[in-house]
Amino acid sequence: MKTTNIMIVGVGGQGTLLASRLLGHILPGMGYDVKISEVHGMSQRGGSVVTFVRYGSKVASPIIEKGEADYIIAFEQLEAARWLSYLKKGGKLITSSQQIDPMPVITGACGYPEGLDEKIKETGADLLCADILSLANKAGSPKSVNVVLLGVFARLTGIAPDLFKEAIDEIVKEKFREMNKTAFDLGYAIL
Amino acid sequence: MKKLLLGNEAVARGLYEYGCRVVSSYPGTPSTEITEFAATYPEIYAEWAPNEKVAVETAIGASFGGARSFSAMKHVGLNVAADPVFTASYTGVNAGLVIAVADDPGMHSSQNEQDSRNHAVSSKIPMLEPSDSTECRDFVGIAYEISEKFDTPVFIRLCTRIAHSQSLVELGSREEYDLKPVEKNPRKYVMTPANAIPKHVIVENRIAAIREWAETCSVNTVEENGTDIGVIASGTCYQYAKEALAEKASYLKLGMVNPLPVSLITDFCKKHKKVYVVEELDPVIENHCKAHGLDVVGKELFPLCGEITATMVKEKILGKAPEKSASIPDLPVRPPVMCSGCPHRGMFYVLKKLGVFVNGDIGCYTLGGAAPLNAIDTTVCMGFSVSGLHGFLKANGESKKSVAVIGDSTFVHSGITGLINMAYNRSNGTVIVLDNSITGMTGHQQNPATGITLKGDMTTAVDLEALCKAVGIRRVRVVDPQEIDEVEKVVREELEADEPSVIIARRPCIMIKKAVIRPPYKIDSEKCRKCKMCMKIGCPSLSVDPEKGTVRVDDTLCVGCGLCKKLCKFGAISEN
Repeated sequence: MKTTNIMIVGVGGQGTLLASRLLGHILPGMGYDVKISEVHGMSQRGGSVVTFVRYGSKVASPIIEKGEADYIIAFEQLEAARWLSYLKKGGKLITSSQQIDPMPVITGACGYPEGLDEKIKETGADLLCADILSLANKAGSPKSVNVVLLGVFARLTGIAPDLFKEAIDEIVKEKFREMNKTAFDLGYAIL
Repeated sequence: MKKLLLGNEAVARGLYEYGCRVVSSYPGTPSTEITEFAATYPEIYAEWAPNEKVAVETAIGASFGGARSFSAMKHVGLNVAADPVFTASYTGVNAGLVIAVADDPGMHSSQNEQDSRNHAVSSKIPMLEPSDSTECRDFVGIAYEISEKFDTPVFIRLCTRIAHSQSLVELGSREEYDLKPVEKNPRKYVMTPANAIPKHVIVENRIAAIREWAETCSVNTVEENGTDIGVIASGTCYQYAKEALAEKASYLKLGMVNPLPVSLITDFCKKHKKVYVVEELDPVIENHCKAHGLDVVGKELFPLCGEITATMVKEKILGKAPEKSASIPDLPVRPPVMCSGCPHRGMFYVLKKLGVFVNGDIGCYTLGGAAPLNAIDTTVCMGFSVSGLHGFLKANGESKKSVAVIGDSTFVHSGITGLINMAYNRSNGTVIVLDNSITGMTGHQQNPATGITLKGDMTTAVDLEALCKAVGIRRVRVVDPQEIDEVEKVVREELEADEPSVIIARRPCIMIKKAVIRPPYKIDSEKCRKCKMCMKIGCPSLSVDPEKGTVRVDDTLCVGCGLCKKLCKFGAISEN
């Protein structure tokens, strides 16, 4: 089977690691060879962060390169735009419409780019941009953006929701499990 | 059972399965998690040492004491540990001794991009390089075997992409190894010239014997796919080559990168029409091939700097240029920043205001060098800030407008020796210790100043004030970096003083349990005069509303530290 490439991108501190942990729990159980790669350290301090998730019958490189991603799951619009060049032709980009100012915008060196979703669409990319943060808040916490996005992803890929819920039971602390399952369902129902 | 393990976690699993008993390390990205995971096994004694030299010495001592032992560090940490490492090559071991060193090609989180294989070559210590998590685990076992068979320490080299990638590992169980008997043996363990001179001969013979062993060892493997293209690679580069070329090339995968075999490589080169060496950083394998008269292609195609990619391999070897993919130009960059509520922010605000020349160090506070604070003027290595300041003032002491800034963990690592030098050699400089009670950048590890061990037990804590006084610093002051008026007053006074001084800026890292998180602050847009004074601290929670021009707070990020409120002259910022 050909390798499927998923990228999870966002801003350090947004909770991208939980999303990859849940996928890392589910995919090996489906019989795939899996490699997940992320850079720890400096970028986790509010920088641009990326996690590569690759699965298939046999995966060699842990890295996804430009033009190779089947799916990009973005937690923030500017980051969706930044990693766009990694999307494969015919790949799917899912992004939260949330905007977090990077330091050059905070210092006034430049503005936050306007109309990013339109610009992304103009390149011909298959974009799904939605107010994920509101859904996360509805589920109970802005921190559940990661699981809402996984709900959307599950709907698009057809991976069974039960697998995600089992993974939530395994990985997430008990007091946050129900909230995360609600978040997942809200994402799953978006389409 | 197959489990997805981080490369670093798999190394720790190897330590567990192959009977390691003692681990001593100093944190350093991308090596840190090895020791953190090792600490989760009750069978393994694991600790954070004050620095890599102490850590390796501890591991050497444990090996002499009869236990399979281990130390992990990042590439620059091996420079700190090089002194004991080079002589441990002479003494050899009692029980197995393995040292993991994690390189950072691409400098994701490092100050340089050195290639640790050079340390292995010059110290005559064998080095293994795994290419996925299963090998990370397995190579620990092979490393211990080599260590005990050939009486040598053994390196395991990782890089960021192996250390921080997860892949599937079939877990095994622990093999127990009894403590080896300890015998007095000065000719082996006492490295005076009389003993070391014959030892050097033994070391040379040993590396020759291991080179012979490497000709047929299980970690160096050949994968034949025709005779047109041959690729020699190790570690993550092997994976990139496989990804790019699949069955279009044959592979000589070198699991052992020092010493390199001769016949195995020669045979491989002779069998294939064109042979490429794919290796990141220095041409270590390529030079070895060329020294033996072999016609290989390496650095004329692949870069000396940064990482190699599968796309690059495809382009250079198959001549396939990558398809151009869609992109949006001129996006603002998103560099890492000090967190909302970071206790370092107040100090850097004051240092910028005073316009002093700041000798920086290695840690989260290096981020104080970024805009808008721009308050770090030098960064070299762990501990440099203090000794660098000393030298700076000896050269240029008239103005005395220079300070050192160093974190608690880094101060204990190697700042204290520089401070002893300042006291001893009569400096008049000011050292600022940013004591946030944790080793921050590497992901919040304990250190000797926190009073908690790696295993989570309470222990004695270094008394930083008493330590500074004990080495001869009379002026030692403690401030809360959040109280910026007080900080400014104290820094001014110490800059004026005609003797060395230490200012300890004490407040816990906002990311640890000790820190106080308060509700987000709010900004009254009616009162905000758009002066942007509050924006000078570079807090990621603050931004300018593009329509109104007033400043707003991001409720999801603000932790209520209140530093911005202190800068607002119009009372627009308040607690919620």
